[in-house]
Amino acid sequence: MSVPISWYLLLSAVLFAIGAIGALTRRNGISIFLSVELMLNAGNLTLIAYARQWNDHTGQLIVFFVMAVAAAEAAVGLALFIAIFRQRRTIDVNRLNLLQG
Amino acid sequence: METVIFFLFAALAIGSGIVVVTHRSPIYATLSLVLTLFSMAVLFVLLGAPFVGVLQILVYAGAIVVLFLFVIMLLNVQKEEDAHVDRGVQLWIAILGALTFLGMFWLAFWRTGLRIGGPAPAPLTEDLVSLKGLATALFTDYLLPFEIVGLLLLVAVIGATVAARRPDSETVRPDDDYVGDHVIAEDPGAGPVLPREARS
Repeated sequence: MSVPISWYLLLSAVLFAIGAIGALTRRNGISIFLSVELMLNAGNLTLIAYARQWNDHTGQLIVFFVMAVAAAEAAVGLALFIAIFRQRRTIDVNRLNLLQG
Repeated sequence: METVIFFLFAALAIGSGIVVVTHRSPIYATLSLVLTLFSMAVLFVLLGAPFVGVLQILVYAGAIVVLFLFVIMLLNVQKEEDAHVDRGVQLWIAILGALTFLGMFWLAFWRTGLRIGGPAPAPLTEDLVSLKGLATALFTDYLLPFEIVGLLLLVAVIGATVAARRPDSETVRPDDDYVGDHVIAEDPGAGPVLPREARS
C-alpha cells in the first residue's frame, strides 16, 4: 500500500514552516543557517514528491542542483561567520548592527 | 509496510526538526539536523529516488553538517545569551509568518489537484528509479546547468577562502593585487606594502 503524494507534500510544508520559525526567531547565526538548511530540504522533498507523482525525474535533477547550491551557500556563509567572529567576537545577529541606520 | 515506514520517518523528521530550531546548544541542533536529513533520505528512497537519498546522506549529512560542526567548535559558540529583545512578540510574528507559508503551500498543492486521502500514486517505474535515466538527462538536457553549478562551486570555494582568510600582512603575497586596508590603517607610516622578500 503506497502512501498518497499529498502526505509527503503536507510533511514538507510542515518542515518548511518549522524551518521558517527557526530562521525568524533564532539569534545565533549558525542556528539560523541550520534552519535555512531545513527549509531547503523541505523544498527538496516537494520536488522529489512531484517527480514521483508525474513519473518524471526532472525534479530529482533539480534537487541535485539545489544540493550543490546549498553546499556553496554553507561554505560561503560559514566563512563569513568566521570573518565576522574575528572582528566582533560574536555571531549573535542582534549585535551585528553595523548596517543598521 | 510503506505506510508504516512513511509515518515513522515523517514523525522522526518533524520531531528532530523541532529540536533543530528550538535547542539552545548549536551542537545538539546540528546533530539533530543529521537525524532530520537521514529521515528525509529514507523518504527520498521511498519516493523512488535512491540516488538522491544516497547523495543526501553523503553530501548533506556527511559534508555540510561536518562543516557546520567544525565551525561551531572552531568559534566555540556558546549557548544563546539571555534575550534582550521581546522574544514573545518576535515568536508570534514568526509563527504568523510560518502559518502564511503553510497557507501558501496548501494553496499551491491544492491547485495541482492533489488531495489528502487522494488515490495512491501509480506504481514505481523502472525509468524513474534507474540511475541511467537520471544521468542521461543530467548530461544531455541539463548539461549547461551542470557546468554552471561546477563554476558556482569554484566561485564559492574561492569566496570562502578569501572571506575566512586571516587578515594579516603575512598573507599578502608578492603578486597579490589585494592590499588590505587594515595593513595601512594599523601602520600608517609603513608606506606601500612591499613584497614578502623585501619585508623580511
